[in-house]
Amino acid sequence: MEMIRLTIDKKTVEVKKGTTILAAAESIGIHIPTLCYLNMGDMNIENKPGGCRVCVVEVEGRRNLAPSCATECLPDMVVHTHSMRVLNARKTVVQLILSDHPFDCLVCAKSGNCELQDLAIRLGIREVPFVGEQSTYREDTSPSIIRDVDKCIMCRRCEVMCNEVQTVGVLSAINRGFQSVVAPAFEMNLDHSVCTYCGQCVNVCPTGALTEVDHSNQLINDLANPDKVVVVQTAPAVRAALGEEFGLEPGSLVTGKMTTALRELGFDYVFDTDFAADLTIMEEGSELLERLSQHLKGDPDVKLPILTSCCPAWVKFFEHNFPEMKDIPSTARSPQQMFGAIAKTYFADKIKVDRKKLIVVSIMPCVAKKYECTRDEFKTEGNPDVDYSISTRELGHLIKRANIDFVSLPDSDFDTPLGESTGAGVIFGATGGVIEAAVRTAYEVHTGKTLESVDFKQLRGLEGIRSATVDFDGLPINIGIAHGLGNARKLLEDIKSGKNTYHAIEIMACPGGCIGGGGQPYIHGDTSILKARLKAIYAEDAGKVLRKSHENPYILKLYEDFLGKPLSEKSHHLLHTHYFDRKKEVFIEE
Amino acid sequence: MSSIKIKLKEKDVAKIIEICDSFNNNPRDLVNVLHRVQGEFGYLPAEVQEVVSNQLKVSLAKIYGVVTFYSFFTMIPRGKHPISVCTGTACYVRGAEKVLDEFKKELNIKVGESTADGKFSLTCLRCVGACGLAPVVQIGEKTYGRMAPDDVKRILKEYAD
Repeated sequence: MEMIRLTIDKKTVEVKKGTTILAAAESIGIHIPTLCYLNMGDMNIENKPGGCRVCVVEVEGRRNLAPSCATECLPDMVVHTHSMRVLNARKTVVQLILSDHPFDCLVCAKSGNCELQDLAIRLGIREVPFVGEQSTYREDTSPSIIRDVDKCIMCRRCEVMCNEVQTVGVLSAINRGFQSVVAPAFEMNLDHSVCTYCGQCVNVCPTGALTEVDHSNQLINDLANPDKVVVVQTAPAVRAALGEEFGLEPGSLVTGKMTTALRELGFDYVFDTDFAADLTIMEEGSELLERLSQHLKGDPDVKLPILTSCCPAWVKFFEHNFPEMKDIPSTARSPQQMFGAIAKTYFADKIKVDRKKLIVVSIMPCVAKKYECTRDEFKTEGNPDVDYSISTRELGHLIKRANIDFVSLPDSDFDTPLGESTGAGVIFGATGGVIEAAVRTAYEVHTGKTLESVDFKQLRGLEGIRSATVDFDGLPINIGIAHGLGNARKLLEDIKSGKNTYHAIEIMACPGGCIGGGGQPYIHGDTSILKARLKAIYAEDAGKVLRKSHENPYILKLYEDFLGKPLSEKSHHLLHTHYFDRKKEVFIEE
Repeated sequence: MSSIKIKLKEKDVAKIIEICDSFNNNPRDLVNVLHRVQGEFGYLPAEVQEVVSNQLKVSLAKIYGVVTFYSFFTMIPRGKHPISVCTGTACYVRGAEKVLDEFKKELNIKVGESTADGKFSLTCLRCVGACGLAPVVQIGEKTYGRMAPDDVKRILKEYAD
């Protein structure tokens, strides 16, 4: 590998050929400010359009300032990152951006997490001398995501996420010059587009141009209403990230503090989505075994591989892009929806409350879950099984608003019966976790033997597409895993062309799985935070006494008292669903 | 934003597919494909872009982005008599903008639009190589030189049929 020696701010640095000035500076502790640039190294995600010009530096012998994110180091370069000329240019660039940006920081949803705001502070900007036309565009609200294009700075990060990483292809820059905005095709609203609501665009948006639909105020009203019984369920990935909202180290597990905080907020019952995850495994695992046994009997019509169906963004993705395969995914509802269906039947009966008075709220690392709640098939006479979902970020804000000192809270347990879970339910929050949980149960049910170790390390990791074979006592089961919708698309194309012979596949829309969900605390490109969350999830699993879903006593009791057995008629009615063909056909006239 | 909904005939779809095939469905040839398709249909309605999107495996948003970026591409059908006003340097300095304004006023449309009856559409172009006749206007195949705003009404009357 050819090495290059250059000087940055009077320091000599040696880097590999092809390294950018930005990366070379970073390697010796010189942090050049950036705005449009985004690098999530582990995920292979890089956005460097060199468009915002915030990262410009002075290179001796060059007439123009160079964008350091998009300029490669050359031998004997002499670079100045904070000369007078650079500082003035950088300040002007940010002032120009601010001159066409709303000044409503005080009431902006992104305030405190806005990279443009941070930059204005860092560069000491106290005035914007440029006065001119302001670009205006209508606000677009969907069930999950709000687009406020007036706050868009055209960094194009969302476009890279939506098109290159997720291959969803909803967002693109359109028009030109001052009129240009990032929008869906034909400037349609998001809810008419093929948007999956994965929320990864929200995660990378540096400003308040893309934010989630906020249900906090609705929740505060419901909690204050004496006529309502308010039940909460918390997804596995929330406990591995919520602490970050309160300055705790990434990867801090805050399960016990979270349940205490939820009680202090005023929820009547604090339950766990992990319980429903265990229930999902009972249904999905049984479905896998049923399809497998039919396959082994030689039934040519059996649909394999079975695909997981926990992730609402993934479900919407295949409904739009692969509707011809809509009978392949498991019919099992997601844990969120299974929880809602059980809470508003089994549990409502138990506490003798009418389902219309029972409010089921979910805390999710996700924004697609907000959309999932609104799907018609998850309603009974117009009443949704899950009333609404709030994100990890929204919960963080709510706890602060309620004057709760989160960090010093004592631990407490979830309520029963819908709060008990096994380690299998916990690992749903990590890529590979759902399929590992399914294997733990399916193996024991199929072979009748007890697993020596429940840790299937070959299914873990952050590789975008992974595969492994698990030996079911002589029967090799081929498993595929994909996270990130671009990887999911690749895997699905391979299935379509008959290239692979998986029996079961897990797909999660977000890079990293739910721990990297669109509703999690912002990581600003720092993927080491995702790794810390991943570790926390597996630590929670390892610390559990029960680690296999079929050993959860409350699940067994639920089947005994109410559902009968997995895949029973009642289970089908409450815990399974069907999918739609959402492919937009071109109208063809004879 | 497109407000025109059209239904493509099967042979139209086949034609678009044929054009895409002639570029081996290569997404890098998107602009060339759109150029040819517009040559075929006169404009690029949403439904046409959808077929191109499916063939080239380029997202509809990206295609719409390209269509709206280049002023050459249009999503509005050209009128029976497409009017192009040259706004190249020579025509511009000799008063093309005033001529253009007069067309806009007379037809009550903006640049890039068509009249409700589909008779006229109005676009700008850059230099037809007749700078000696500036300002120049083309209507269909016919070229008018040394145009003044006062000429606009009279010329439009030529198409009164």
